[in-house]
Amino acid sequence: MKKTSDLSRAARGRMRLRGMIRKESIQIMRDPSSIAIAFVLPVVLLFLFGYGVSLDARAIPLGLVIEQPDAATAGLAGAFERSEYFAPRRFGGIQEARQALAERRIDAILWLRNDFARRLLSGGEAPIAVLANGVDANQARITEGYVQGAWLAWLGRYAAAHGRPLAPPVALHHRVWFNAALISRDFLVPGLVAIIMTLIGSMLTAMVVAREWDRGTMEAMMVTPLRIREVIVGKLVPYFVLGMGGMVFTVVLAVYQFDVPLRGSLWALGAASALFMLVALAVGLLISIVSRNQFVAGQIAIVVTFLPAFILSGFIFDIHSMPQAIQILTHVVPARYFVAILQSLFLAGDVWPVYWANMGAMALMLAVLMALVRRKAHKRLE
Amino acid sequence: MPWHILALALKEFRALLRDPRSRIVLIGPPIAQLIVFGYAATFDLNHVPVAIYDEDAGGAGRELIARVAGSPHFEVVARLTREAGIAPLIDDKAVLLVLHLGPRFSADLQRGASAPLQAILDGRNSNTAMLALSYLRTILLDFNRDWAARHGRPAPPAVLQMRAWYNADLDSHWFIIPGIVGLLTLVVTLVVTALSVAREREQGTFDQLLVTPLRPVEILIGKALPGMVIGTLEATFIIVLAVLWFGIPLRGDPGALYAGLSLFLLSAVGIGLMISAIAVTQQQAVLGAFLFLVPAVILSGFATPIANMPEVVQWITYLDPLRYFLIVVRGVFLEGDGYALLLDQYWPMAIIGGLSLATAGWLFRHRMY
Repeated sequence: MKKTSDLSRAARGRMRLRGMIRKESIQIMRDPSSIAIAFVLPVVLLFLFGYGVSLDARAIPLGLVIEQPDAATAGLAGAFERSEYFAPRRFGGIQEARQALAERRIDAILWLRNDFARRLLSGGEAPIAVLANGVDANQARITEGYVQGAWLAWLGRYAAAHGRPLAPPVALHHRVWFNAALISRDFLVPGLVAIIMTLIGSMLTAMVVAREWDRGTMEAMMVTPLRIREVIVGKLVPYFVLGMGGMVFTVVLAVYQFDVPLRGSLWALGAASALFMLVALAVGLLISIVSRNQFVAGQIAIVVTFLPAFILSGFIFDIHSMPQAIQILTHVVPARYFVAILQSLFLAGDVWPVYWANMGAMALMLAVLMALVRRKAHKRLE
Repeated sequence: MPWHILALALKEFRALLRDPRSRIVLIGPPIAQLIVFGYAATFDLNHVPVAIYDEDAGGAGRELIARVAGSPHFEVVARLTREAGIAPLIDDKAVLLVLHLGPRFSADLQRGASAPLQAILDGRNSNTAMLALSYLRTILLDFNRDWAARHGRPAPPAVLQMRAWYNADLDSHWFIIPGIVGLLTLVVTLVVTALSVAREREQGTFDQLLVTPLRPVEILIGKALPGMVIGTLEATFIIVLAVLWFGIPLRGDPGALYAGLSLFLLSAVGIGLMISAIAVTQQQAVLGAFLFLVPAVILSGFATPIANMPEVVQWITYLDPLRYFLIVVRGVFLEGDGYALLLDQYWPMAIIGGLSLATAGWLFRHRMY
């Protein structure tokens, strides 16, 4: 007798859950803004990052000031004119070039003074002055690197032409693993998966659930036989599916449209993504429960999920370069762990120590977040 | 007549500041973001973990390694004795760079030949790898010059003397933090204005507003004013923090900065009101603001230069008001620009502001439900 009543209670629970999931799914499909965040934003982001964002400088506008042109200076200028990294322009004098630098028409000046050829021939370290606009420090440093490259190439040719092969005391040979050509797109696109899943999992969920509080429909749901656990699960399942869909879509575009290599195993990608998606959903749910208001939920979601996923996750700025205090802070950003997994998974292949450490951290976060969600949700209901 | 507008603007302020949580959202997050992102958003490398695989163990090699270890950019965290140890260290991200000195390194150096130094880098973060390589090259150039001078080897016929203007130490905080002034001001202003009309639509009070004696232009001004005022206060606060807390030099004319700021706010408010006029609910307004913000930030040159983008994408950036304001704010802060050098940034923002406000005003009248 008791057993049948238990069974029918379980069956009723399943039915309630199915109804809840159905309601949420219909709500997503009907609301154009959910569709926008789930489908339009990933495409926009992917194309922006795939095509728009690049740290690889090319055709840097460089001003050449050569006070006394001759054969030696022509060789050096030629080295810069042939380089794909520079788009050199000649200036008559240094004042003119400085003016162009101040007006942002050029990014750097290469200046050969009139005694360059004389000092070059007398073998005494003829100075090549390079003035770069340092406002964008990263680009200025990259520009300096390219200038060094062109200078070294010219030195080699110059020495060979004068019959004494260049033999620097130590010669650097470098090999870059995982991304030999140092293409910034291959570095940025994998991390984008984490950003897009954060958007769907945390931002969309936070706002949609907050809307239920705003409209008072949450209270209405509370008086139905639905249990708090069923409400939570019912709300999360559709967004979980949506987020995983966004992930698959992003990965397919990354591999086929942007030629980013995917060297790790697909099941590892699936497992890590599912775990991260659950964490993101739990964060979204927690925000909505705490704020209970769409405006506040939207703002909090941007501030505590989207921006940290962007800046504190290692997606574009290297965590290792940050001050110690901020590095410690990044440990509470879930995207940090997922971005580390993604960058290894796409570029390096399956690196188990990286996977286990980061997935363990995400699992721990999930447990803490779920406990918080349950406590907060209960409290509000009483 | 202006009293009507002022009353409407005051009402807007009250609606915004009434909710204690909304108040906190306007003040708390921008400060937290400025502090956290001001420190976090950096491209400068320090303490890059390095492993050394020294098969030579000679004096010359040790001197070179000491120079690498002594640089603030690098930190030697491991020493290898076998080649097989390299791959696990790099795979697990324990080190970013492995330096390999072959068994004949010192001998080659002593007899006047070129001694090869092999560097193996983790390229997963391509920018970090490129910067680490460039720091390493600089250390090596210094080492080579000193070695050549001490051992009577010929110096290179020409040498580079590199100097950076406006930011001599190439500190990337000087680039990012003025950018945050533009970024945070845009986020706050846009969200505040985008929600203003949508909130009234959702509550049904916008129709009431339209039947008052206020003309659409007056409603527009009344709705735009709070955004302008809040944006100006927010920007001023961040500018003061950038100078006093982060020590970024403000070299140019603050008047030129504020002229740019007001035009920038005009365009931000215009776009926010446009979104607000189109949106039916507050949620749509926030999402609309977000759909505008993300591309606007990415295409503005905030983190990556516009010059690196493909031509077609570069044209799109001309529609982005943040693009112009970032040049203004960095120009005034670092390059000491005045009005004359910034004219080309002012007028596009004025056009974007004028057009978007006009469109928003038109939408007020023609989009009714």
